[in-house]
This record gives sequence, structure tokens and C-alpha cells, in this order.
Amino acid sequence: MAYKTDYARVRGLGSAHEGVGHWWTQRLTSIALIVLTPLFVIPFGRALGNGHEALVATYSSWGHGFVAAAFLLVGAVHLMHGLQVVIEDYVPNHSLRTALLVANTLFGWTLGAAGVLGVATLLFSA
Amino acid sequence: MVQLTLPRNSTIRTGKTWPRPEGAGNIRKFRIYRWNPDDGENPRVDTYFVDLDDCGPMVLDALIWIKSKVDPTLTFRRSCREGICGSCAMNIDGSNTLACIYGMDEVKGDVAIYPLPHMPVVKDLIPDLTHFYAQHASIMPWLETQSNTPQKEWRQSEDDRAKLDGLYECVMCACCSTSCPSYWWNGDRYLGPAALLHAYRWIIDSRDEATGERLDDLHDPFKLYRCHTIMNCAKTCPKGLNPAKAIAEIKKLMVERAL
Repeated sequence: MAYKTDYARVRGLGSAHEGVGHWWTQRLTSIALIVLTPLFVIPFGRALGNGHEALVATYSSWGHGFVAAAFLLVGAVHLMHGLQVVIEDYVPNHSLRTALLVANTLFGWTLGAAGVLGVATLLFSA
Repeated sequence: MVQLTLPRNSTIRTGKTWPRPEGAGNIRKFRIYRWNPDDGENPRVDTYFVDLDDCGPMVLDALIWIKSKVDPTLTFRRSCREGICGSCAMNIDGSNTLACIYGMDEVKGDVAIYPLPHMPVVKDLIPDLTHFYAQHASIMPWLETQSNTPQKEWRQSEDDRAKLDGLYECVMCACCSTSCPSYWWNGDRYLGPAALLHAYRWIIDSRDEATGERLDDLHDPFKLYRCHTIMNCAKTCPKGLNPAKAIAEIKKLMVERAL
């Protein structure tokens, strides 16, 4: 048991001086996804089930390709930020929390990069 | 920290059923949480019967009646009896509120009373609010100034004074903070709705000269940004205040100064 006052416990290590960037990014990406989701899902749904050629044909256009890449990248960033909140909320163990936050960051950026690369491949393979 | 089930020594058991008042025709049943740190027993819920013809209309009246006439060991905080001191905050019928301004007629069926949730219990209906008060102290709940103190008062326009309405009325009863899941899970670092409402009360005060320092201190993923707009705080506040709105205003100021 550490003989710290309650006030010292509350002050802890002080403010981390971050949080607004995360909060703001999450709001901006959610607004962007309201626009991007239908723009991505509708052409993707039409091409789905019609074979590889139909997908290549859809995403060989710069418009569809840009929307798909933006949707996947913004979606990955939004997912990463959302999962970060869940981890911070529900994982009290500091070491495990740190490991999961690192894994989440790597996962998010990998997912986004893979999505953009996939769309680029379709775009330039046509 | 996140804990979805009670530890074994906190599991609530069925307690004693106290005798009905003799000759009473208008009776109300109360189920009240009891825990005594000195007997080593698990918490229990005792059942009491209150003679409504011999008792005031509020839940606190019933508690005082029980303590006076049935069981003097029942322990709870109370002081002003009119919703100003915040002492008698407890969980009544599933919601946190002040027993002194909560009428028995607002509860359907038996009246279930527990201490404020997810706080260490001192005894029976008394939670340990030491950490909660330390969090309040940490937001510097006073006027911070650098300028020379004026000969008379620090002046404030009527419009600026009006900005404090809906904030200064908070009595620090802890109903809001202890109803907030984010505060349950991360109350060690998250300041909670009550402390943040008070923080905003001083941030928005036109006479205060430490707005930037106050925002600096709150700029933290845990102190401020654990609020996920769940709104339990606004729903439960017995004074009708909206801590969630105050927190949202702090977040807006954070963005405003960053852009």
C-alpha cells in the first residue's frame, strides 16, 4: 500500500496534453463515412457476384477507384480510433493495454494500406 | 476498472425481515442494502415496513422513520432535507437521486434502496466519496486571477453571469458520476461528470484568468475524453442539470483552440 494522498492519486502524472486530435479525427471520419459508405456500397454491391471481370471493370474507373480507396482508408482510420477507445475503456492492465494499442495501430494502418493497394491494383490492372 | 460481476465477498444476500408496525393500515415495503464492515459478513438486503400515516412523504422521511422506530443501526447521510446539501444521495428504485426530494409516491411497488453504485461502501448507504472530492479539488474550483485584485468586486456583466446558470447549482451529490459507466470503469483517471461540470463552470466564468491552464489540465484521453455522451448523468441529476452538455462545451473549446 502506497501512502499517497487522494489528491496526489488524482493528479497522477498530470495531463497527457493529447486527446483532442483523436476526438476530432473520429468525428471527421464519421462524417466522411456518411458520404463515402453509400458511394462505395452501391457500385460494389452491383459488381459483387458478377465475377472478377465485373469488379475490375467497376474499379478501373478513377471515380469508383478513388471512392473505394477513400472509403477503405477512412474506414480503417475510423475503426482504429474506435477500437482504441474500446481498449482504453475496457482493458485496465497497463501492459496489456499498451500491447493492444500498438497492435491496433499496426492493424489499422495495415488494413488501410492494404485496401488502397488493392484498389490501385484493380485500377491499374485494367 | 471493468468488473461486470460482484466479487464473492460483495455478493448481496437476503437479510432480515423486520416486523410490521402494529395497528398500521397504510404500509409501504422497503428493501434496503445493509453492510457492516465490522461483522465480516456479506452485504444483505433487509426488508422493512413503514407506516405511511406516521411518516412524511419523502424517501428520506421513511429512512428516518425506520432509524427512529425500527432499526437504529441503519446508517445513511442526511442533513438539509431540501436538496441543497447533497448528503442523502443514494440509489432509489434503480436511479441515483436525493432521498430528501424523492417522493415515495414516485416509486411503484416496493422501494429498493442501495448506496451509490460502484463506489466503496463505508457502511450501509454511505459511499466513500474521498476520491470524488479529490477529483473536484483537482479542477481548481475557485477564481484564478493574475491581475491586481480590484478595490471592490470582480465585475461581471449580466450576460456573462447568466452563462453560469445550470452550472453553479450543482451540489456535488455524486449522483451523476456514479451513474456513469465510464466513471465506473475508469474512475481512477476519468474525472467524471460532476468534476467536469465544475471545471466548465470556472472555464466559462468571465472573471477567471486561467482558462488556458484549465483546458491544458483537462487535455487528456482519460481525464476528459472518457465521456462517450452516454447521458446517464443528465438523466439522473436530481437538480435537473446537464453535465454532458458542459463536457461537450469543454470539448468544443478544445477543438476551437486547436484549429
